[in-house]
Amino acid sequence: MSQAYAKKSVLWDWLTTVDHKKIGILYLAAGGFFFALGGLEAMLMRIQLMFPELGFVSEQTFNELLTMHGTTMIFLAAMPLLFGFMNYIVPLQIGARDVAFPFLNSLGFWLFLAGGILLNLSWFLGGAPDAGWTAYTPLSSAYSGTGIDYYVLGLQISGAGTLIAGINFLVTIINMRAPGMSMMRMPLFTWSSFVASALILFAFPALTIGLLLLMLERLFGATYFAVDMGGNVVIWQHLFWIFGHPEVYILILPAFGIFSEVLATFSKKRLFGYSAMVFATLIIGFLGFMVWAHHMFTVGIGPVANAIFAVATMAIAVPTGIKIFNWLFTMWGGRIQFTTANLFAIGFIPSFVMGGVTGVMLATSAANYQFHDTYFVVAHFHYVIIGGVVLGLFAGAFYWWPRMFGYKLNETLGKWFFWLFLFGFHLTFFVQHFVGLMGMPRRVASYLPGQGLDGLNLISSVGAFFMAVAFLLFVWNVIVSVKNKAEADPWDGRTLEWGIPSPTPEYNFAQTPLVRELDALWYEKMHGNGKLKAAEPLDDIHMPNGSILPVIMSIGLFIASFGLIYHVHPVTIIGLLITFGCMFVRSIKEDHGYHIHKEDIQKEEGAG
Amino acid sequence: MDPHVSDPSAPLKGGPSKKTEKKLAKEARHQVISFVFMIFLTSVAFLTVASDTIPNRFAIPFILLIAVVQVLMQLYYFMHLNDRGNGWNNIMLWTGIFVAVMTVPTLMLLIGVIKF
Repeated sequence: MSQAYAKKSVLWDWLTTVDHKKIGILYLAAGGFFFALGGLEAMLMRIQLMFPELGFVSEQTFNELLTMHGTTMIFLAAMPLLFGFMNYIVPLQIGARDVAFPFLNSLGFWLFLAGGILLNLSWFLGGAPDAGWTAYTPLSSAYSGTGIDYYVLGLQISGAGTLIAGINFLVTIINMRAPGMSMMRMPLFTWSSFVASALILFAFPALTIGLLLLMLERLFGATYFAVDMGGNVVIWQHLFWIFGHPEVYILILPAFGIFSEVLATFSKKRLFGYSAMVFATLIIGFLGFMVWAHHMFTVGIGPVANAIFAVATMAIAVPTGIKIFNWLFTMWGGRIQFTTANLFAIGFIPSFVMGGVTGVMLATSAANYQFHDTYFVVAHFHYVIIGGVVLGLFAGAFYWWPRMFGYKLNETLGKWFFWLFLFGFHLTFFVQHFVGLMGMPRRVASYLPGQGLDGLNLISSVGAFFMAVAFLLFVWNVIVSVKNKAEADPWDGRTLEWGIPSPTPEYNFAQTPLVRELDALWYEKMHGNGKLKAAEPLDDIHMPNGSILPVIMSIGLFIASFGLIYHVHPVTIIGLLITFGCMFVRSIKEDHGYHIHKEDIQKEEGAG
Repeated sequence: MDPHVSDPSAPLKGGPSKKTEKKLAKEARHQVISFVFMIFLTSVAFLTVASDTIPNRFAIPFILLIAVVQVLMQLYYFMHLNDRGNGWNNIMLWTGIFVAVMTVPTLMLLIGVIKF
């Protein structure tokens, strides 16, 4: 085994890292970048819709903006940001030293990044995808330019990365829990990450198959979706939504987990109805699969199917309601601290409930014929995605920032940010319900004056500016707060991740902790000496070596995609050879990792 | 102390215990029996298609049924899914099957591959 790990340059270190904490930060950085990009696209659209018949962007550009806004926000911003928190926090919460497959963890990130960059390069290389983020056939198969090829291959590559990451988390949570950490003692964020990972495992194959069919259709002349050749365009819609509906829950469940952690910590109480929360999470996960056809009520799948899917969809409101009430009961009688993280969690509850109510309205299949493809739908899903996922991401950011970066975000700036963002969000999307009910269709580049849509659209756009300013305030906060050094446990936390020194050592726990109760650290604070009990003697810690292979593998697929898009087959073959070559090297090269020695750990722990 | 406690890669010494030997013999017997049974099932499936007297209406569900039996036997007799420590494998596998059994036929109904 190799001895001490030779320190390389900083860039090389980040490119080759297999440390779950660094990969988590990479996910956050890349996700944050794409979040800003998706936000910029949204702002351009809102400027275009500010006044009737405005010519700020062309219709084609508007279609591209709207497609890329949806795709970017779902696949390249929300999911990677959640993966960032999952990567950093889940192993710490279960008392593990790393994820189960550190190499695959790194591969998952670089595949996502390669796919994301590929997608966005389409802006500069002949036009972005323009068929909506759902890319419905035959629009996407027969009438779109090369943009959709970027969509297909970019999503395929980043989807593979997501699938890898999901499997990694499943195995990590099943196999790497510290002694005493039974399933029913896991923090809710870990639980919801676990269920979300299971959803990824079962849902992403549907997307992979759908994209594969679309790729074969576009690049190799297959006819799965060509009606004149005996195909069926609805196959794509089904495959897309069999993936797409669980995807909504892949996004929202980890956010629910974050709220459960934040509300319990800042109410100074254990989470109310822990086991009910766990089962509600499982039931939401399961029902998420059974309702995909509610996206297609107006496709003509028949009244029987519509009724079944309507009822199944409404059923999701029951476990979600259980969760909402449990959060309220967690706060009830608690000593609530209104930190920024907790403000986001409390602001989430009414915002998300409003999105849930319009969700039940949309699930009423008869009424859906009225709502379908109007701004009412846009308002609904922004209410659940922003009011649920984005508020969750910001709550998680403020809550875990000291753990991840060693400094606390400024609370005053944070509160300004929260109120501006919440106000802007409701201003933007609340009025869109009414714009939709008045008949304004979604995905249109403009509207005519004198139809009662002018004022509300202007209000909506002004709200979007509030959100943009608020986000800039957050970025500012990240920069100016660097000096606010935080102690290891700034919030008086309850779970294992607050029981280790700050900054987090690369081996996480010098000794694997012994878990005696739910909220393990809180239990030790109440019944022990406030320090985590160790489950093993202090010894050398085995660590995996870094590897550059994931980067090269992703670059290989990136190159192969260009070969496929422009039908230059030698390039495709070269790209695939690079990827398979890396897999071959990885298979035959023995890599035993290295050890961190006991003495070094003692020194570090003593100093920290 | 047994060297395996400190180093799992140390070479094994001595033979297996009587109990382990019995268990291995039983397992081998099970495997042979299930192997023969599976060959029998495969031949039945083959005959069902080859014979002209059996109508398709019966043959297709019948073959699917014995395929399911075979898959289960493969999983439990050859891949040892019922052994200790496979709880999570079972949960994930059966959840996946459950979801697929709900999703795939629904999808086929909805896009009109099969009709009722």
